[in-house]
Amino acid sequence: MRYAETGINLEIDLSRGNIEKVATDPKETELYLGGLGTNTKLLWDRVPPEVDAFSPDNLLIFGAGLLCGTPATGCNRTIVSTISPQTGLMAFSMMGGFWAPELKYAGYDKIVLRGKSPDLVYLWIHNDKVEIRDASHLRGKGAIETAEIIKRELNEPRAQVAAIGLAGENRVYYASIEQGRSSASRGGIGAVMGDKGVKAIAVRGTKDISVARPEEFLALCNEVLEYIKYREEHPIPGVMPILAGLGSPQEMKIHDEKWHTENFMWGNSRTRRKGFWTEEIEKEWTETMEKARTRLISCFNCPMKCGATISMPGLPTYMMKCFTKLTYTMAAYSDLDFGLRIAQKATEYGLDGFSAPQVMAFALELLENGILSKDDFPGMPEDNEGRFFYLLDMIVHRKGIGDTLAKGTYWAAKEIGNGAEDYAHNTIKKHEQLPLKLSMLNPIYFLMYSTGEKINITQIEGQFPQAPFPSREAREEFVKDWIQVPDEKFKQYFLDWEPRGENSIPYYPTVQMTCEIVDWQERMHYIDDALGQCAGLSSFPLKPPYHIHNYPKFISAGAGIAMDEEKLTEAAKRYRTLVRAINIRRGMRRKDEKPPENHWKHRFPELEKELLDTYYKFKGWNEEGIPTKETLESLGLDYVAREFLERGILSDDETAATDENREAVTETANQ
Amino acid sequence: MKKRTIKNIKIDVDKCNGCRACEVICSAFHAVPKYSSNNPARSRIRVIHDPLRDIYVPVYAGEYTVAECAGRDKYVIDGKEYDECAFCRAACPSREEFKEPDSGLPLKCDMCEGEEEPLCVKWCLVDALTYEEREEEVEVEEEEAPDEIEIGLETLINKHGLDKILDTVEQLAKDKG
Ligand code: SF4
Ligand code: SF4
Ligand code: SF4
Repeated sequence: MRYAETGINLEIDLSRGNIEKVATDPKETELYLGGLGTNTKLLWDRVPPEVDAFSPDNLLIFGAGLLCGTPATGCNRTIVSTISPQTGLMAFSMMGGFWAPELKYAGYDKIVLRGKSPDLVYLWIHNDKVEIRDASHLRGKGAIETAEIIKRELNEPRAQVAAIGLAGENRVYYASIEQGRSSASRGGIGAVMGDKGVKAIAVRGTKDISVARPEEFLALCNEVLEYIKYREEHPIPGVMPILAGLGSPQEMKIHDEKWHTENFMWGNSRTRRKGFWTEEIEKEWTETMEKARTRLISCFNCPMKCGATISMPGLPTYMMKCFTKLTYTMAAYSDLDFGLRIAQKATEYGLDGFSAPQVMAFALELLENGILSKDDFPGMPEDNEGRFFYLLDMIVHRKGIGDTLAKGTYWAAKEIGNGAEDYAHNTIKKHEQLPLKLSMLNPIYFLMYSTGEKINITQIEGQFPQAPFPSREAREEFVKDWIQVPDEKFKQYFLDWEPRGENSIPYYPTVQMTCEIVDWQERMHYIDDALGQCAGLSSFPLKPPYHIHNYPKFISAGAGIAMDEEKLTEAAKRYRTLVRAINIRRGMRRKDEKPPENHWKHRFPELEKELLDTYYKFKGWNEEGIPTKETLESLGLDYVAREFLERGILSDDETAATDENREAVTETANQ
Repeated sequence: MKKRTIKNIKIDVDKCNGCRACEVICSAFHAVPKYSSNNPARSRIRVIHDPLRDIYVPVYAGEYTVAECAGRDKYVIDGKEYDECAFCRAACPSREEFKEPDSGLPLKCDMCEGEEEPLCVKWCLVDALTYEEREEEVEVEEEEAPDEIEIGLETLINKHGLDKILDTVEQLAKDKG
């Protein structure tokens, strides 16, 4: 008997309309856990680097995390993995909400889509019954609208629906998949779904998910709930409000946006507006939010309420979470009212709220600077907000310049030329980042930005405070109940970290410490993504209820896999390395591993080189960032090592490949 | 006169966030063995949930009914329209609510018999559900509540007729014997 997981994947060949239920190998779960881990294994096995995002041979995998559907609080993530049209690398976006547990209750761990449907379809999965249904009547419909129509026509109000909007249908490179109060936004996976001709996947399940050791598992869940209550009553002193509590950033709850609006960049990640947050603005924005927000809402089996239902006068209701609250507002130098209005449209279109606003601001910057002309924007309104609505439509419909902009700032700049590339200044691995421009290089963030293959800093950071606390006493207080550290040494690193002087950034934490801190933060995120645990209760906030000491117990009691901290750490390292292997096979190298050019004003080339060198070594990668044969074999990834040797990515003496064959690989990957 | 404890769960729909933790723990508690599996479709509490209309109503399973209502009312509360079915606690023939998904047998909230506090209340950290107990004087002896097998059999009899059930039981007994 399989515990926590169902042991069945649903394989759907859209070209032939073929549906298969495939039993999976429990050994794979032991090695790669589930969710992201086993998704990655499938992509490695079945999507060679010659296959691009819009090839029928690309897979689109919806994986429920290993513990989704069990009573583990906040364990509800769907991990969607594919090849990203924007980065050409592996994309793995996560969505919360209710979809993954429903899939488990229907009897499946994953849905693996391959091929392309000749006509627009949607999938209806109701326990054992799986249908591919015509979706021609849903063409062009909004993502939320689509979910409503499907639930009505199936007469299944309890079905959970993941859908794309027009952006996905039209293969906008930063199209998202929307699902209830959640979305999988990064990496353009909505475009792949649209390319496959799938408008939506509706799921309803009424079967059991079992756990291996019930009493023990429940006791662990109760401990987590107790701890959540404790943490709610004990916010962390001395850090900004969004870091003091649990959950994903409580943007829907918190009105004080001084920190975001004054520290993040407005426009196309361009201007810092110090002194922006006045009493007047605060009053106005608070009113806007309170009028718009009907209710704070949670994902499946979680008390944290990180999302909200938003109803703007005259517009359909939608659901929102996190930072999208501000991205459109700040891109347009406008106010919150505008931000919430345009986000309604953008959500129905199904767009990544990080990338889309930046692309639009980028286009207007090109216009202002004479790189694009008025003729490129026929019929564009004069007013600022109107221009953003106009651009949104142009992009999603891929009309005129919108067709180019639909590829994101990196590719659009290349296509436009004429100096446009200087304006695409906020990408990592070709993908738009948070609009931040800071002063002093931060070694921890330098490594996370450079080597994070999740592309998004919020999906990499957490665990270790973002900045030193001003006083020794405050730091001592902080480490007192810091049970989440995998090793006591991290407490010392933090205790000795000073805002100024010898023990301050960029040279403290030292290079070695930095490597260890980054590795810990990353490890926790990777574990979450395999288990389906929301980062908001685990890898993202300080002092979360889930950590390296209780996770092994959850896995043992839940999935019945004997687990301890070491084994879990190694499993996470295994599929983390496999993600890298996929990207390396697709041509990613050291040259791609850097933060946006102008991210920090003060840079330290030598230190940065040392950081990267040391981290690569620490991870068992060679100086090009390629996992060595020895590393691969020690993790049981011999098959990767073999292929790297065959492809000339590694040579027999385990050093980097020569320059020639490295280029050859890059070329194939880009074709 | 006899005293009995009335167990009461107060529902504050304004506080509900639709997380369905209550469904999760209820179904886990009633699994056999306890907590061994979990399936919200077997829960004795359902959250009637329609976010776009801001409807968040947790409802506990009440008595089983043989027949569905002939007509139903619609209610408008705070500008939101509810179908009467939404609040109804009965397991009735016209809907799948409060029935075991495989057998169709009715489910009923038992206030988590044996636990100090209903578990759905314990798991609802946002206090949409709160537990209240009060003592009440009662005049007559309480009737024994029918147990689950009795309720189940009654449903089956209503559905298929007594003869059919007796025949089937006889047949099964033979097969097993
Ligand atoms: S912490 Fe927030 S985002 Fe995470 S599962 Fe809970 S409600 Fe959802
Ligand atoms: S646990 Fe509480 S908040 Fe969550 S759905 Fe149930 S009643 Fe609502
Ligand atoms: S009180 Fe117990 S039996 Fe009744 S709905 Fe709540 S968890 Fe279920």
